[in-house]
Parts: sequence; structure tokens; C-alpha cells
Amino acid sequence: MDTPPQIDVAYIARLAKLELTPEETERFSRDLNQVLAYVAQLEQWDTTHTEPMYHPLPAFDALREDTPGTSLSNEAALTNAPAQGDGQFRVPKVVESAH
Amino acid sequence: MLSGTISHWRKQLQNGSISPTELVEEIARSIETRNPATNAYLSWNKEAALAEAAKADLSLPLGGIPVAIKDNICLAGEPTRCASRMLENFVSPYNATAVEKLRAAGAIPFGRTNMDEFAMGSYGENSAFGATDNPAAPGHVPGGSSSGSAAAVAGGMAIAALGSDTGGSIRQPASHCGVVGLKPTYGRVSRYGLVAFASSLDQIGPITQNVEDAATVLNAICGHDAKDSTSSAISTENFAAELGQDIKGLRIGLPKEYLSSGNDAAVSAALEQSIRTLTDLGAEITEISLPHAEAVVAAYYIIACAEASSNLSRFDGIRYGFRADNTAGLDDLYSRTRETGFGPEVKRRIILGTYVLSSGFYDAYYAKAQKVRSLVAGDFTAAFGQADLILGPVAPTPAPRLKDTSLSPLQTYLSDIYTIPANLAGLPGISIPCPQPGSLPTGIQLLAPHFAETRLLRAAYALEQALAR
Repeated sequence: MDTPPQIDVAYIARLAKLELTPEETERFSRDLNQVLAYVAQLEQWDTTHTEPMYHPLPAFDALREDTPGTSLSNEAALTNAPAQGDGQFRVPKVVESAH
Repeated sequence: MLSGTISHWRKQLQNGSISPTELVEEIARSIETRNPATNAYLSWNKEAALAEAAKADLSLPLGGIPVAIKDNICLAGEPTRCASRMLENFVSPYNATAVEKLRAAGAIPFGRTNMDEFAMGSYGENSAFGATDNPAAPGHVPGGSSSGSAAAVAGGMAIAALGSDTGGSIRQPASHCGVVGLKPTYGRVSRYGLVAFASSLDQIGPITQNVEDAATVLNAICGHDAKDSTSSAISTENFAAELGQDIKGLRIGLPKEYLSSGNDAAVSAALEQSIRTLTDLGAEITEISLPHAEAVVAAYYIIACAEASSNLSRFDGIRYGFRADNTAGLDDLYSRTRETGFGPEVKRRIILGTYVLSSGFYDAYYAKAQKVRSLVAGDFTAAFGQADLILGPVAPTPAPRLKDTSLSPLQTYLSDIYTIPANLAGLPGISIPCPQPGSLPTGIQLLAPHFAETRLLRAAYALEQALAR
């Protein structure tokens, strides 16, 4: 790509579930457009016959025996919960009413 | 100020000159005296360390030795905050495997070291709990992201520390603080209990006062772990076994791309001194080429941010960490929790990572970066056909001043150019001090093929000993 597309930070922030201030949106747009202009240089490297490398070492079928072990207790798993009750995480109501 | 290496204190403990509890007290005093000016530690629990010291088994390889732990490595019963508001009240319910292994070797985990938030940064200034000063160069950054671990070891506040290295976060702060930092081969040390930043790049390793101590700590923390399927089943060895052996005939590759005019004079001088010293020791310096050296920063920041945007989605205010108050529905809870809990650099990287993975841009950025990563790894495969080890700088310059606001995010990213390749290719690398007269601390880096830490440490030890003469 000759001219990299300008990043729509407000839209991407919604995808990432981040609420940004107008100042952050403006600053990140400037910073990240500069970064994207820089990374556009990757285009110069011919990768037509190159496989992507998702992992630094070949790790195939790293499976273990499926034997039951101990895990965190219910109580320990809840110790850092922002809200809890009845041995469970307490969350806001997520069923939205019909409009 | 506390001084002395692991091997020094091991002798002192074994001959009864000091007890394990006295050693913990000594370190605690040093932290209490020096931490207010450096902010190397975020928290420390002397009572818990004293309780462990009281039952220390001095027959074990690290018996009675306190080790500082970076704030992103889980320590049971202690704050594990990743220097983030998001985890301000988080107390880990379990130990990372590396911590368990340190304890099994007799060490006493003691103190949580400051860092860039979620390990994202090169200067330690992205901590939500304040920057760390560099004890070896006051007024300058200690490097990052393992800023506190390097500063604690350099400043006589820790005998040794654990850090984590995703793009240079062990080696670069070690270089800026004048200490030793070892990033093991990807898979050498279990990542279980290391709060994930970029899972295909992250690796835990030691920051120590010398090469011998780095080998001692690596011996303790390495090995396969059923809780991390990417940890390697390759057999471990005694990494200290070849320390002191000569390096005659060892082929040291010098990448011509690393002899950049952009390097600071002190960095170039350190490289030249290392070449002379290694030659005097009988090693053969051979020029090699890493043709894709200039592509690494671009590939790295796409891959690391993509992985981070996925890994950090777990911080949603539901199961642990911060949750925003008075929110209107689930989306509002997520968005406002993350807006308040994350600092600016973390948000910037989440947005970049989300963007490069988003529909329409995936192939141009993420897939392309993963292909270029293959090319970078291929450069090293070819280079290690001609050389046993590779020599290079750690960073293009010594540590910048604290609060130098003239640097843009991109300029900061570019300073990682010499450390990133080891993470992209999964290689082990070590930074050792190579001080230059009149300059801030400067290190030198050696890289080795996968799982060749014994060779790496042997050469690093020989170079360290010769430079000290």
C-alpha cells in the first residue's frame, strides 16, 4: 500500500471495548497513524512464497494425559472478584429488554 | 548498601557468617532506605520472607537467597498488579511455575518490582505507580519493561531478580543499569503465572549481578511444565557447566547491519571493545548478514500488539481487577472499566492490535508481519550456519533522561531494534555490562541458537571476566 489508510480510532476503540476521551482519540490517531506509516515498509519484503510464523518453535501435538488434578477452589477463584454472591461472580443484568 | 552476588551470599550463609533471616532483614533495610528515591519496588512483605527464611534449607542450590519478582509474575498471597490500576487490588491466589521452582531450589521470593504497565514500554515510565530512577545513572530511566528488577539489582536492593522479556524487557534494562540480563530460549521457562502480554514472544528470565548468577537462576527455573504446553520437553542441563572453559575457535558472528551510524559513540565503542576482547580470547569474529534486520520493529509491534489486544480482553471488570461504578449495561461496564483501568500506552497498543486484526486489514498487517517474522527467523538460521553465537548492541543509545517528552511512541519503539529479533525468532540472548569511560552504563548482547544457553553463558562469562581485567 502506498498511502496507508488513516486509522479510525473511535471505531476501533468501540471494537476493543474502550471508551476514550476526545483528547485520547485525537492523540492516539496521531501516534498510530505515524506507526502505521512506518510499518507500511513491510510491503517491500517479498513474502509470496513465505509461510507465516505464528510460533517461534515447532510445537506439534503438545498433549498430556487427561488426568484430573486439583484446581483453584471456588473460594480462591472469587477472592479478587469486584462483586460476588452465593459463590458466584455478581454481574450486571445482561438480558436486554425488547424495544 | 547491600552488595554481593548469589555465590557470595551462599558462602556467607553456609559458613554461618549470616543467617537467612538476617539476610532478609539486610535486604529489607536496603529497600526501606533506597526505595523512596528509586521506586524500584511496588511492594514487599518482610514478614512472609522472614517466615520462609526461618525454614530455609541451605543445602539447596539457592537455599536462603531472596529473589525479587517482577510485578507481572504471580506470587501467591501477594499483590500482582502489573503496575496497572486495573489490578491495583489484585492478590494472586497462586504461584507462577518459575516462582514455585525458585522456592523448590531454596530461594525466598521477596518483593514486587516496578515495571511498565503490563510490560509495555522501554523506559519504566509507563507504570501506573510512578517511574523508577536508575541507581547506576540517577536522573535517567532504568530501561524497561523490567525497570524495577534491573534497578533493584543495580541499586543494592536485591541480590537477583526475575524479569520478563517480550521485546527486550530483561536485556535492555540490564544494559541501562549495568547488570546482567538473560532471556532464555522461548519454551525454556514455563510462562504459567506470567500475566500474558504477547504469548508467542514472552519469556521469564533472570536479572543478576554477573553471568554465573544468571546460570544459577536459570538452572532453578527452567524445564517443562504441564501447565504450559509451549514449555519445551527438551532436557535441561547444568547451564553453569562450561563457565570458565575457554572460547578458542568459537565463531562469533557480527551482523554488518548492526554497525549502524545511528548507534551512540559509547555503544559503538562497547562493540569494538568486545570484538577486540573476544579476539584476544581466541574467538573468531566473522561478519554475517541479517538481511531483514530493518524489518523487525515493524513486524514486532504488529504481532505483539495483536496478541496483546487478545490477551488483555480478559480485563473486563467481571472476574478480577477493577470494575467501574454506576454503569449502564454490560457494554458500558466493559468500556468504562477498561478506560479507567488501563494507562495510555496499554490503550494505544490495544487499539493498534485490534486494528491490525480487524476485517480488511488482517492480511495487510498481521498476516504480512507473521510472514516477515519467518524471514527474520530464516536470517538467523542461515547466520548460525556460519557462526556459533552472534554479537551485537543491546540498544542504540544509553539510557535517556527521565521524563524526556521529546520522544514519540514510534521513536521509543525503534530503540528496541537490537533486542526484538531474539523474541521474534525465539532465541536466547544475554546482555552483559561493557562500561565505557565517561559514559552511562552500556551493555553488549550475545545471541545463541535455540536451547544453546550453555554455550551462550560460557562465552558471556569469558567476555565478562576478560572485560573486568
